[in-house]
Amino acid sequence: MTSTPRNQGDVLSLEKVSKAYGPVQAVVDFSLALAPGEIMALVGPSGCGKSTVLRLIAGLERPDRGRIRFGEWVVADPNTGVWVPPEKRRVGLMFQEYALFPHMTVAQNVAFGLMKWPREEREKRVQEMLELVHLAHLAHRYPHELSGGEQQRVALARALAPNPQVLLLDEPFSNLDPGLREQVRSEIRELLRRLGITTLFVTHDQEEALFMGDRVAVMHAGRLEQVGTPEEVFHRPETRFVAEFFGPTAFIAGRVTVRGLETELGFLPQRVPLPEGTRVEVLVRPDDLRVEPDEAGSGHIVQRVFQGMHHLYHVRLPSGRIVHVMSEHAASYPLQSRVRVVLDPGHDLSCFLEGRRVVEEPAVATASMPA
Amino acid sequence: MLSISWAWVRRWVHQAGSTRMGLDAWAVMAWVLAGLVLLPLLVVVRLALNPDPEVLAHLWRTRLPEMLGNTLVLMAGVGTGTFLLGTGLAWLVTAHRFPGREFFDWALILPMAVPSYVLAYSFMVLFDYAGPVQQVLRAWFGPQVGLPSIRSGAGAVLVMTLTLYPYVYLLARAAFHEHASATFDLARTLGANRIRAFWQVVLPMARPSLVAGLSLVLMETLTEVGTVRFFNFPTLSDGIFRVWHGFMQRDAAVHLAVLLLAFALVALLVERRLRGRARYVQETHSQWGIAREPLTGYRGLLATAFSAAVLFAGFLLPVAQLVVWSWKQLAGSGVALWGPVYARYVRNTWMLAGLAAVFAVLSAVVLAYGVRLRATRWMRLAARMATLGYAVPGAVIGVGVLLTLSAADHALNTWTRAWWGTTAGLLFTGSLLGLTYAYVVRFMAVAYSSVEASLEKISSSMDAAARILGASPGRVLWRVHLPLMRVGLLTAALLVFVDVMKELPITLLLRPFGYETLALWVWQDVSESLWENAALPALTIVVAGLVPVVVLLRSSTHRRSRS
Repeated sequence: MTSTPRNQGDVLSLEKVSKAYGPVQAVVDFSLALAPGEIMALVGPSGCGKSTVLRLIAGLERPDRGRIRFGEWVVADPNTGVWVPPEKRRVGLMFQEYALFPHMTVAQNVAFGLMKWPREEREKRVQEMLELVHLAHLAHRYPHELSGGEQQRVALARALAPNPQVLLLDEPFSNLDPGLREQVRSEIRELLRRLGITTLFVTHDQEEALFMGDRVAVMHAGRLEQVGTPEEVFHRPETRFVAEFFGPTAFIAGRVTVRGLETELGFLPQRVPLPEGTRVEVLVRPDDLRVEPDEAGSGHIVQRVFQGMHHLYHVRLPSGRIVHVMSEHAASYPLQSRVRVVLDPGHDLSCFLEGRRVVEEPAVATASMPA
Repeated sequence: MLSISWAWVRRWVHQAGSTRMGLDAWAVMAWVLAGLVLLPLLVVVRLALNPDPEVLAHLWRTRLPEMLGNTLVLMAGVGTGTFLLGTGLAWLVTAHRFPGREFFDWALILPMAVPSYVLAYSFMVLFDYAGPVQQVLRAWFGPQVGLPSIRSGAGAVLVMTLTLYPYVYLLARAAFHEHASATFDLARTLGANRIRAFWQVVLPMARPSLVAGLSLVLMETLTEVGTVRFFNFPTLSDGIFRVWHGFMQRDAAVHLAVLLLAFALVALLVERRLRGRARYVQETHSQWGIAREPLTGYRGLLATAFSAAVLFAGFLLPVAQLVVWSWKQLAGSGVALWGPVYARYVRNTWMLAGLAAVFAVLSAVVLAYGVRLRATRWMRLAARMATLGYAVPGAVIGVGVLLTLSAADHALNTWTRAWWGTTAGLLFTGSLLGLTYAYVVRFMAVAYSSVEASLEKISSSMDAAARILGASPGRVLWRVHLPLMRVGLLTAALLVFVDVMKELPITLLLRPFGYETLALWVWQDVSESLWENAALPALTIVVAGLVPVVVLLRSSTHRRSRS
């Protein structure tokens, strides 16, 4: 339980939740907590179990083990037999395919979750919600008469109308075409911020996760790899998987010495709190490296990707490893040409031992720091 | 200790809800329905476990060998006939071009609207020694010329082949359309001629569909009583009635029912086996249309003439004859005479068919929705049990339901006598409720497949969205699913309605005393050789039978236009 700090203020928390479908472990010992008003992005490759987490929270699946709480209210706990059905949980859920009721108008769709409200309040609330998403003029249309973007806004209004304590979004932008997506993304982010609603949204798009989330939770093979701010998960990935998930990366072999790190691409003057001689893997991102044309260079270019602002070179090193190097668009080197790869990060690089990041500043070091 | 075991129990119940039998209301309802369907069948099966050797010996000495032989002959004959006719016609219209192809493509389904006993009745009159066909033949070729009697095994095979081949035709046609076209053309580019490509590629690929169609035909053959009675070709189904009504030997009838059920189960198992092995059909709906071979000259005419002959014999001829006779019956003072009678019979029939349709659709909705909520093995099993009736011959269901109801009446009367010293009489046996019950057992599968299909079209995210917005499962069904399923529910109700209108064996066994329906009218007047009097109800049944044909046609053209 130590891995789950219980914070009294959490709106939603999952504690060591597991769920299997037959022999397939979809979610394993998954713990996560959302603070009030926070937007959490749950990101991972397809099939990593992130949608199952959403379904577990919504009550569309029952966990095999673990506990799910909304504040202090336990909604699922197989150990005590507690299980609250989805209709009692007060969550909002927006689907990838929107799932609007095709036989109801926009207004009826939004009103669906308000059936216990008095009529007048219900009508007022529907109006209010439709205005919020700028759809008041389409209240009496049917879903099939709306564009994809409009349908999505109806789905959002419908999910928000009953004042859910948590809003869950399942790949909310994947059905929109790329041009519209950017715009809708920032609109919705703005809206959720303004309403201050606690949101968990699932995506497979790492860029979207970094843009939308106050915090990002990275999931892999049913397990939580890391939770942190976008900057943290990008710059200080806890695991190799997280590092590789956010953009092109390479790992080079390194050996710990007294003064720093000995690597295939030269010496790095950074201290690693490990015994001398330990072999580690060093994460290098394309912008940590530079290529210089050199006939006697040890690397040669195996692939070149033009990305507009710059070139991305794939360079094969003598060890057989391939590193990605970013280079200004002006400089263009032909395939197969010999180059020298210069390691020039300007900051400490993350080192990994057995797939996990080596923490630079151990707890002892922090304690001994001058106040 | 107590607290631990209590936690364990709660945990078990919690898991039971998700993975085991499912202890919620929907599961309970599904199992109650499955139980109600299985009960009459189990009552019959229970007798198979301790048969009375004396009764069996008596049956064996008397008519059983003949019935068994006739049943086998009929199954073999109708099976072969419908297979050849249905597959052949389907291949003719999908892979060839000939005059009238587009028309025959759909019109060849029409004979489905004519129940076998109506066609039998029609043929009996037309091809009888004194009938118009033989009269014409004698007038042209002399008095010694004649046809073999239609009232024979061969005649029964002919009649039932003509009314039942559409099952094979429909499924074969769909299979040829959807799966065979691209592979057929591919086989031809690999050097196979049309005939080899058909035998080696198209036919094997269509096998699951053909087997499915054929098994439906065999089930209909086993359940048929009208044709075999009219043609005096006693089978097991017919035997059950003769024994039950004729000599009041209920034990013997039940033994026959057990035998008949065994036949049906064998047919069902053969189907499962043959179909289960062939799952390699590709599900791609290719845009590729089959290259239709033009049939020119006499070959084209032959194709047209053959299709026309089948349509004529299986549909146009009997309908024309029924129309003429009905007209004669109603001409002059006929309307005044027959009108009130007809109205009463129609009202009775519709009442029954309506009741059965409503109950069958309601049960089907409960089952299908239960499976949707909890797609566990147990729920699927319950649904499968509850829809078993389609494979069980009507006479077996009739006998089973009768035994069940009389047992219920007996129990009730014992109880009332004990408490009030008086008997309640036969409350269930011979009541509309009992008859409806038997219909629902028999036709639940018809309603279920239609309801299930329309439920499956609704994305499961609809359920999730509605549940999360605070609606209970029942409310989701009411507010979201039922409105979206309107067409499917209506179709299901219509199909059951029409099936009940046509139904004979169950109606014969279970009707309330003096209660008359259109099918019974046909049965009685034909049995008493009052040919012309039976035309009006028979025509009504055929017209009603057109409804499902139209439904089928619309769904198949709809599918085609979408692809």
